[in-house]
Amino acid sequence: MTIFLGQAETVLREGFIYSLMAMGVFITYKILDFPDLSVDGTFPLGACVTAALINGGINPWLALLLSFLAGSLAGSLTGVLHVRLRITDLLSGILVMTAMWSVNLIITGKSAILQFFNRPTIFTWGVIRLLPDGLYRHRYVVVTFLLALAVKLLLDWFLRTKQGLLLRSAGDNSQYVISLGKDPGTVKILGLALGNGCTALAGSVLAQVGENADVNSGKGMVVMALAAVIMGTSLFRRISFLRSTTMAVLGAVLYKACLQVALQLGLPPHYLKLLMALLLTAALLSQRLSGKKGEKSLA
Amino acid sequence: MPETINLPLVRLEHICKAFNPRTVSETDLFRDFSFSIREGEFISVVGSNGSGKTTLLNLLCGSIPPDSGAVFLREREITRMPEYRRAAHIGRVFQDPMKGTCPTLTILENLSLADNKGRPFGLSRGVDKKRLDYYKSQLELLHLGLEDKVELPVGALSGGQRQALALLISTMTPIDLLVLDEHTAALDPNSSENVMYLTDKVVRDKGLTAIMVTHNLRYAVEYGSRIVMMHAGRTVIDAAGEQKKSCAIEDLLKVFNEISIECGN
Repeated sequence: MTIFLGQAETVLREGFIYSLMAMGVFITYKILDFPDLSVDGTFPLGACVTAALINGGINPWLALLLSFLAGSLAGSLTGVLHVRLRITDLLSGILVMTAMWSVNLIITGKSAILQFFNRPTIFTWGVIRLLPDGLYRHRYVVVTFLLALAVKLLLDWFLRTKQGLLLRSAGDNSQYVISLGKDPGTVKILGLALGNGCTALAGSVLAQVGENADVNSGKGMVVMALAAVIMGTSLFRRISFLRSTTMAVLGAVLYKACLQVALQLGLPPHYLKLLMALLLTAALLSQRLSGKKGEKSLA
Repeated sequence: MPETINLPLVRLEHICKAFNPRTVSETDLFRDFSFSIREGEFISVVGSNGSGKTTLLNLLCGSIPPDSGAVFLREREITRMPEYRRAAHIGRVFQDPMKGTCPTLTILENLSLADNKGRPFGLSRGVDKKRLDYYKSQLELLHLGLEDKVELPVGALSGGQRQALALLISTMTPIDLLVLDEHTAALDPNSSENVMYLTDKVVRDKGLTAIMVTHNLRYAVEYGSRIVMMHAGRTVIDAAGEQKKSCAIEDLLKVFNEISIECGN
């Protein structure tokens, strides 16, 4: 039983962390219809920025915020490549992803893993100390849950503002954005900045859990995030009161649970990426069979 | 009366436009084409496919740049002004009812966005509840019952309903020119009649200047104050006032057929 609870806690913690990225990819993929591969580079960017800052004595919460900004900057670069220089969406993402590899190594000072053991993190420093013992023991789940909730609520709010409505129109009908007197390209760049900011945030939180940043941690992130978003939105879309952001969070948790179950059943860890690719393929197929995405691409 | 009233609202000056330049399929559509629109005119443009009707609208709206020549709006040159900036002055309704609205947003959200045109799209609430009554009163004018469905996503509406809504959206804020790009062509006969009736009403009520491309000769004759027939990048008929009133479908068809015979069709 305790083993099971421990497993559940891991699934929830990881699920909430990756849900930050899933919500970001929800913006780029679902709202803007942009398959953004730069995520593979901006996830470790968040981790590396965080590690360098915390080693430099910066407040971990501030490091979290600055990671978001670093991710946004990289995301807007993807946007500029695509919108202003007219490079295809996939290639723009690949270019930024490739460039980030070097950027991340520059940030970590050429090491593949940058550690910051026993430095203050969002899990050990500040208000978190005030938690009663019972909760403090579960602080990873508590903090990651609160972060996922905060980002979800912020995004829900943003998507209902004027700028948010404009972002939603840009994905559906860019001619409509033009009619409203706005440049749809600028709106797209903003959406990519937001999506990659969220992704870097996930990288930052993951780094703070392990107290180290791994330059290689971005491999397969696109595949993971896309699968989480598609699973979440297709499995839960019949529940009408759920917002899409909530579906992305649930998708991420469910996705992590699938991986965890597979590992428990004895899947060797080096098969994990294969399973991830299979899961995304299955998610994409089931989506096409249910006809939802097909309608949209025709419109 | 101020003197400016005599100056045209929009001028296209010595426009040249070729498609597929430097290829075997190169076509010079416009060679030294000039055209002007006066304040308060409602122009119907007819002509066969490839005569340059839609290209004329695209040049006005800035969707495509001319190879040479200039475009003026109220005597200000806008030749290089991007389409999204011109949209502040020019409203457009497309043939495709999908283009004038956002399907995943509700009717209310679509109207709120349109209402905000020309102002910054910041972080204030997307839908201003204080304007709800105004939006509903505007929807009532369409007589489609949409005022009771404001929370419905626009994607759930029929083509005719969407096009009526697109008309409302494109004229929500003050504009200098309304561009109607075969906007009834994709609708069934009933919806088409209704949208055309609404268009005429909106243009009259708001005192708009409008240019409408249509394949429906009856609409071209019945509505508007000036009629233009285009052929191979030129205007072959351009009649306004009394001359326009005496223009019948038969007259249009006669010219139309003469041209077709000339072209060997």
